[in-house]
Amino acid sequence: MAGLEDLYREIILDHYRAPRNRGELPVPPAHQVEGYNPLCGDEIVLYLDIDDGVVRDVRTGGQGCSISQASTSMMSAAVKGLRIEEARQLIRTFKALMSIHESKLEGETDGEDGATLDGVRLGDLEALQGVVKFPVRIKCATLAWNTLEQGLDEAGQPQPA
Amino acid sequence: MSAAPLDVARVQADFPILKRQVHGQRLVYLDSASSSQKPTAVLEAMDHLYRESYANVHRGVYAIAEEATAAYEGARARVASFLGVPSPSELVFTRNVTEAINLVAQSWGHANLHEGDVVVLTDLEHHANIVPWHILAAERGIELRWVPLTEDYRLDVSHLDALLDGAKLFAFSAASNVLGTLNDVALLADAAHAAGALALVDAAQFAPHRRLDVTEWGADFVGVTGHKMLGPTAIGALWARPELLDTMPPFLGGGEMIRDVSRDGFTPNEVPWKFEAGTMPIAEAVGLGAAVDYLEALGMDAVATHETDLTAYALRALEDRFGDRLAIYGPRTTERRGATISFLFEGIHAHDISQVVDEHGVCVRAGHHCAKPLMRVLGVPATTRASFYVYNDESDVDALVEALAAAERFFAI
Repeated sequence: MAGLEDLYREIILDHYRAPRNRGELPVPPAHQVEGYNPLCGDEIVLYLDIDDGVVRDVRTGGQGCSISQASTSMMSAAVKGLRIEEARQLIRTFKALMSIHESKLEGETDGEDGATLDGVRLGDLEALQGVVKFPVRIKCATLAWNTLEQGLDEAGQPQPA
Repeated sequence: MSAAPLDVARVQADFPILKRQVHGQRLVYLDSASSSQKPTAVLEAMDHLYRESYANVHRGVYAIAEEATAAYEGARARVASFLGVPSPSELVFTRNVTEAINLVAQSWGHANLHEGDVVVLTDLEHHANIVPWHILAAERGIELRWVPLTEDYRLDVSHLDALLDGAKLFAFSAASNVLGTLNDVALLADAAHAAGALALVDAAQFAPHRRLDVTEWGADFVGVTGHKMLGPTAIGALWARPELLDTMPPFLGGGEMIRDVSRDGFTPNEVPWKFEAGTMPIAEAVGLGAAVDYLEALGMDAVATHETDLTAYALRALEDRFGDRLAIYGPRTTERRGATISFLFEGIHAHDISQVVDEHGVCVRAGHHCAKPLMRVLGVPATTRASFYVYNDESDVDALVEALAAAERFFAI
């Protein structure tokens, strides 16, 4: 049976207590996008500074549970400096992580030098994989990523082929 | 009326689910405001119907069809009696209060509400008593007005007459599903009538917990939900004054609700069957009949006393243990208050609290409780909610307090 320590890993609580990249960026040039989880009332705001195909800076706002806030913080740290296509690949990878069935979780993402999935290094994000064992919380973890995807779309960035 | 106090240990023995464990802990079920657990008597009544007397109702002339019809209509009579409804023909079975209110909005509303007409709601309504009126507002251009709350989480009736001025309908809850507040239904219904409006009461959170008599309330429409009052899901009821039911057009069209159908049209059936299109949830109605029998046997005065005592104990226990760190959204005394307690810890999200207390076997609800306008008034995205019923006792409150203390330690910043 899944225990609380599977869900609330120390690194998640750390991001929750000390969220990275909180704040705002001037709009424009930054792009602002809001994400909302109607079921639990969580809401996040992302400010994306996208220049020359690169996510130069990310700032986040909003409120929500520890999982949605930690995931937002981790996402902001992970995508800063990535090229658009790399950011989109990371979104796909993270969503894949959230759709792995619990029974296949063990070992699936364990690598020699940190977890990878589809060749993408997950780093801290791996800590969120335990969320899969708590299906109603998956939407908390994916909120930031869906919002980022929406933001990249809205910012008029080219979709990958 | 029963003078005997509630024997909670005996009540608990009637609920099979309370014997199970979750996460290796005793199940402490504190989410009855969302849906109650079911006693053996309800399970057996439904099982018996399916095993011994099941057939469609009002159709066959064979023995088991007669038995099923008698069981279904017998359930209607028992639920009517439980709610103080003068005649069973005034009670329409619906899926729940949501369907009951949609029925009123689509049937009575379509026939009686036109552009510019006013429907008055309150700030503590469940979405079930908001969205049907929003739909009508979008369709018909009716105006919605809202009765605000006071600082102690009660309806502010100081400007009620002005809000009701010119209104056609005042639709309000008897009890808040978030705050625990019990409204003065008779006063509100009188105010509606004084303004020339009808009164609709959402009694979903009241009927399970207090003796309800629709004639004493003096309202025009009252809806209840079976699964919150020990009955099965998908069965509830709408009572309306018979002269209203007689003139209201049908809601859903289909079998059972007609007297005659031709290529040219149809003649509706008599009430209440005019509003019961298609095969109804027969076993569920029988289950609800058994549920109100069970509540009658406990005695609704004994139920109310038990819940009031338990609420007082819980409010005191939460305050003693957590003080100002825990904000309670609702009246702080048991005066005109039910056994639903919403709260938040400063800096800890309702979902995180709910997740950690689950580890201790404690089931509480976290979220907006289908009352988003109220959440906006309270200025919070969500609350944690513990709600108590006939099978809960002080040890459940103690378990909640210990689990909350563990959650507070877990998320300590």
